[in-house]
Amino acid sequence: MLAKRIVPCLDVDKGRVVKGKKFQNIRDVAAPVELAKRYNEAGADELVFYDITASNEERDIFLDVVENVAKEIAIPFTVGGGIRTVEDIHKVLRSGADKVSINSAAVDNPQLITDSALKFGSQCIVLSIDAKEVAPKRWNVFTRGGRNDTGIDAIEWAKKGEQLGAGELVINAMDSDGEKNGYNLALTKIIAETVNIPVVASGGAGTQEHFSTVLKEGADAALAASVFHYGEINIQQLKKYLQEEDIIVRRDNEWN
Amino acid sequence: MIAIIDYGAGNIKSLQFALDKLNKKSVLTTDPQVIRDSDSIILPGVGAFKDAMDAINGLGLTKVLQQEAAGGKPILGICLGMQLFYEKSYEDGDWEGLGLLKGNVSKIKDTVKVPHMGWNTITKHKENPLMNGLPNDVYVYFVHSYAVGSLEEDSLVGSTQYGGVVPAIVQQGNITGMQFHPEKSGDIGIKLLKNYGEMIS
Repeated sequence: MLAKRIVPCLDVDKGRVVKGKKFQNIRDVAAPVELAKRYNEAGADELVFYDITASNEERDIFLDVVENVAKEIAIPFTVGGGIRTVEDIHKVLRSGADKVSINSAAVDNPQLITDSALKFGSQCIVLSIDAKEVAPKRWNVFTRGGRNDTGIDAIEWAKKGEQLGAGELVINAMDSDGEKNGYNLALTKIIAETVNIPVVASGGAGTQEHFSTVLKEGADAALAASVFHYGEINIQQLKKYLQEEDIIVRRDNEWN
Repeated sequence: MIAIIDYGAGNIKSLQFALDKLNKKSVLTTDPQVIRDSDSIILPGVGAFKDAMDAINGLGLTKVLQQEAAGGKPILGICLGMQLFYEKSYEDGDWEGLGLLKGNVSKIKDTVKVPHMGWNTITKHKENPLMNGLPNDVYVYFVHSYAVGSLEEDSLVGSTQYGGVVPAIVQQGNITGMQFHPEKSGDIGIKLLKNYGEMIS
């Protein structure tokens, strides 16, 4: 049976992992490769690296990080932040990333999803959606790190993303991000039921129960950052807990 | 020396890093002579079937791969690389593959989410040195939307379950295929590559 995935997310600024609360007040945490190794050993199923600076000169530092991570760990990882062109995607995939996450650039130019999916395959094109509730049960897509309200309905954009060729969606609920009060269940559930591609829930994880609830509500994977970075939730224990909750997870690497 | 066919498929670096960990020398190449001189060949791959075959044809490698396979050289296909071994794919059309193995490639049923993405278990269909030291139901990492069907039953070493039976490891003579990514499957994947290396040496 296909396992539900636990995905630590690492925001990288000038080659270091940082964690922001609602995208602001960024704090330095650790070296990306070290954290990646630690998470791999703890049983993370996948990793996400967001380049949050994404200015041109710093892009090369980030590509080095990508390559070093690929060298050190043998689990899949996604790279996002500042991806604007098919060539950008090509570069990170060639550096050793498995998937690329596109956010603002896809809103500006939806054709980028189609072009890159055709070139590299849908399976490596992840559409990341920053969504915020602007009226009851109405979520809009935000871009530019959460600063710009596009006015686009998040559920409609998720559907369109699938049609354009995205192979996976990350639904980042901005209202709950960094608050540790749980994932946005309503939004995640609606989107998971609407599309036929995997959906990753993001934003709001604070306890083990939050993971369990969102995975039971239809998310295929649950992403979190600070609860892992600060050791508030141990991935091994989390997976044991999820298994006890009858959620299928990959556990135990013992084979000899 | 292992020749990794570099026909433009996405993430090849991870495969090289995995081989480095096992002290297996590899080279990324599209040079027919390098491929002919190699001890074994790996055909990696992510992306679309047609694009991959177009690239391989464009590089003049179709014949080279078919000849090397017929000559008995060990060839490992990973993910799309495995699918390219078969006669035909119905991925957005009707395309001819390398024809090294009997069978065809078609889309995973949409009763499940497509792509099949994530960690899934392998059920053994028969004893094979590739699975040495590995219990049943180990998790490996899959990312694909198409799967092999109508294959020769005795070539099936291991399968997974996703909207039906999905061939995960196939082997016939010197031809081996892995639908998942061993280079992305943690310790289990490294162990599988190690077993493969021992099997062909």
